Amino acid sequence: MMRSSVLVSAAVATLLVSASLVEAADNGPLKVGFLTVRSGALAAGGRQMEEGLKLCIDEHHGEMAGRKIEVITADTAGQPAVTKTKAQELVERDGAQVLIGPLAAFEALAIDDYIRQTKTPIISPSAAAEDLTQRKLNPWFVRAVGTSAQPYHPFGEYAAKELHYKKIAIIADDFAFGHEIAAGFQRMFEQNGGKIVQKLWSPLNTAEYGTYITQIDPSVDAVFAAFAGGNGIKFLSEYKNYGMQKPVLGSMTTVDEGILKRMGDEALGVISAGWYSAATDTPTNKKFVAAMRKAYGADPGYYSVGAYMACQFLNNALEQVKSDTSNKEAFMKALRNVNITDSPYGPVKIDKYGQPILDITIRNVEKKDGRLQNVVIKTYPSVSQFWTYGAEEFLKSPVYSRDWTPAK
Amino acid sequence: MNFWIIQGLNGLAFGSLLFILASGFSLIFGLMRIVNLSHGAYFMLGAYVGLSAIEAGANFWVAILLGGIAICVLGTLIERFVLRRLNGQPLAQVLVTLGIAFIIADACVWIWTGDPRPVPMPAELTGAFRVAQLAFPIYRLFVIGVAFALAAALWFLLERSRLGAMIRAGVDDLAMARAMGIRTSLLFSAVFCLGSALAGAGGVLAGPILSVYPGLDTDMLPLALVVVILGGVGSLLGAFVGSLIIGFIYSYGQALFPDLAYVILFLPMVLVLTLRPTGLFGRQAI
Repeated sequence: MMRSSVLVSAAVATLLVSASLVEAADNGPLKVGFLTVRSGALAAGGRQMEEGLKLCIDEHHGEMAGRKIEVITADTAGQPAVTKTKAQELVERDGAQVLIGPLAAFEALAIDDYIRQTKTPIISPSAAAEDLTQRKLNPWFVRAVGTSAQPYHPFGEYAAKELHYKKIAIIADDFAFGHEIAAGFQRMFEQNGGKIVQKLWSPLNTAEYGTYITQIDPSVDAVFAAFAGGNGIKFLSEYKNYGMQKPVLGSMTTVDEGILKRMGDEALGVISAGWYSAATDTPTNKKFVAAMRKAYGADPGYYSVGAYMACQFLNNALEQVKSDTSNKEAFMKALRNVNITDSPYGPVKIDKYGQPILDITIRNVEKKDGRLQNVVIKTYPSVSQFWTYGAEEFLKSPVYSRDWTPAK
Repeated sequence: MNFWIIQGLNGLAFGSLLFILASGFSLIFGLMRIVNLSHGAYFMLGAYVGLSAIEAGANFWVAILLGGIAICVLGTLIERFVLRRLNGQPLAQVLVTLGIAFIIADACVWIWTGDPRPVPMPAELTGAFRVAQLAFPIYRLFVIGVAFALAAALWFLLERSRLGAMIRAGVDDLAMARAMGIRTSLLFSAVFCLGSALAGAGGVLAGPILSVYPGLDTDMLPLALVVVILGGVGSLLGAFVGSLIIGFIYSYGQALFPDLAYVILFLPMVLVLTLRPTGLFGRQAI
C-alpha cells in the first residue's frame, strides 16, 4: 500500500512536471539549440558562427516576433559522433525546439536520421553538401547557405565566356565539398567551350602543396583552386614561392574573409565566386559588415554570415507563424517559405527543396581601405541550386563526385 | 626529366622537414624509451611561439631560437614533474604524453584563436630559384641545407662529444651507465630538452611552408612515427634515411599514383614492420 502510493505520487509529480514543461514550451522563450565547434581543427569556423549568430540575436534584442529567444550552445568538436550526442542533449534534455548547426556536412549527415525521428526543425548555417537539398531530402531541414556547387555553375560560365579561358587545371580538397565544387565548375566551363585538362585531388590534410603545384600542366590558361579551412593560405603562398605565374581562380572558401585577413599579396588578383562577399556594396550589407567589424574587429565571411542568416531565417519564419511554434508542421512550412527581400546576401527565397535561391557574385581580391577584400565584379541574380536546368532534369544525373567527368 | 628533378627536390625538402621533426622524437625514444606523443604538439606550439615573436618584432632567426628555447623549457618541466613520476610504466607515460598533447592543442586554440596563420618567411629567402625551365622556392633549398647541417651537428654530438658518449652508453645499457657514475637524471633532462627544442625550432622553421593551424600537431605526429618506425627507433642515421625515403615516396608517390595519396606513406611502414620490426637501422622494436 505504502509502496503503491509512493509510485502514484511519483507518477503524478512526473505528469505535473511534464505538463508544466509543455506549457513553458508554448509560452516561454523559444529554445534554440546551437551546434558549433569550439575545439579541434574546425574551431575557427565555429567561433565565426557564434559571432554571426550573436550579432543577429543582439540586433533583435533577444526577441523575435514578440517571443524571447534562448540560445543553448553545444560544442561538437567537429566530430560526427559527438554531434549526435550533443543534438540529443539539446533536444531531449534542454528542450530545444529548433536547431541551428552543425558546421560540417559530415556532422549534418550524422544527425540526419535523428532529425527525422524527432521531427526537429533544423537550419543549416554552413553545411553545403548538395544532396541534403537534392536527392536525400529531409523535410525538417532548411539551409541558409548555398550548396557546394551553386556558385560555380555561373563561375564556370564566367571563366569561359568573360575571362576567355580555354584550358584550366583544377586542384581541390579531396572530399565531397571539393568534389562538388569542382564538378559544378567543370560542367558549366565545358558547356561553354572550355576544357578541364587536369584534376588534382589533394588530401584535406596535405602537409605541403609543392608536389601538387609542380604537377600543374604548364599549358593551362588558369588554375581553379577549391580549398576549405586554412588550405587556401598554404596553397596560395606556396604557389607564389614556386614562381607560378598563371592566374588563380578560387572557390568562395579559398579566399574567404575568415582567412583572407591573414593572407598577403599572394592573394591579390584571385577571382572567385560565392553567395556572399563582405565587400558587397549595399546599405544592408554595409551596416552588417560595420557591426561585425565593430564587435569582432574583422570582416564577416562564410561562417559568420551563414549563422547570421540562419538566425534571420528563424526570425522570418517566427514572424510568419506569429511566434507560435506549437504546430511543428506549420512552423517548418514557414521555415521552408522564408522570403527575405533585403539581407547581406541580397534577396533570398527558398525553393521547394529547402535550398535558398541567391545572388551569386564574382569577386576579385583587391587591396581596399588597407586590407584585402573580395571586390564584386559581377552579380548573377537569383541563382538556383539547379542553375538553368529544371530540377527534375538536374536530379536525374548522379550527385557530383570525384569521378563526375574525367579531365581530358 | 624535369619531373624527376623537381619532384626529387620536393621530396628532399619535405624529407628535410621530416628529419627536423623526427630527430628529436627519435632521440628521446632512444634514450628514455618514451614514445612522446606530445611531439607533434610541441612542433605546433613552437611554431605559434615563433609566430608571436615575429609579430612582436623579432626577426625570423630569433623566432626560431625562441621557439626552441620555449619548448625546451616546457619539455624539461614535463619530463621532470610528470614523466619521471611514471618511471617504469611505459603505457602510463604514453597516455600522459597523449593527454598533454590534447591540452597543448586546446591551449593553442584558446591563445592564438583557431585561425590558420601563415608564418612570414625572411625576406632574403622569398621567391623562386630559377635554372633553365626549372623554378624552385629558395626557402625550401634553405630548409634542405638546415636539415643536412643539423644531421651533421647531431652526428658530431652523439658520436664525437662526451655528452654523446654518455647518451650512447645510456641507450645501450642504462643500469650499467648509471653504475659507471653517469648522472642519468641530468642526462635525461638534457636529452628531453634537446629533443623538445628540435621540435619547437622545427615548427618555426616549417611555418612558412606548412603555416600554423589547429590540427598541425595531429598532421605531423603520424609522419614522425612513420619515419622513426621505418628508420629504426633511437637511431639518428635511421631517422635521417627514413625521413628522406618518406620524403621521396611522398613526392613521387603522390605525383605518380595520386589515388594512393592516403596510404602511400604507410605502406613502407607496414612492409618494414612485417619484414624487419626493428626498422632499417634500429636495434630494438618500438
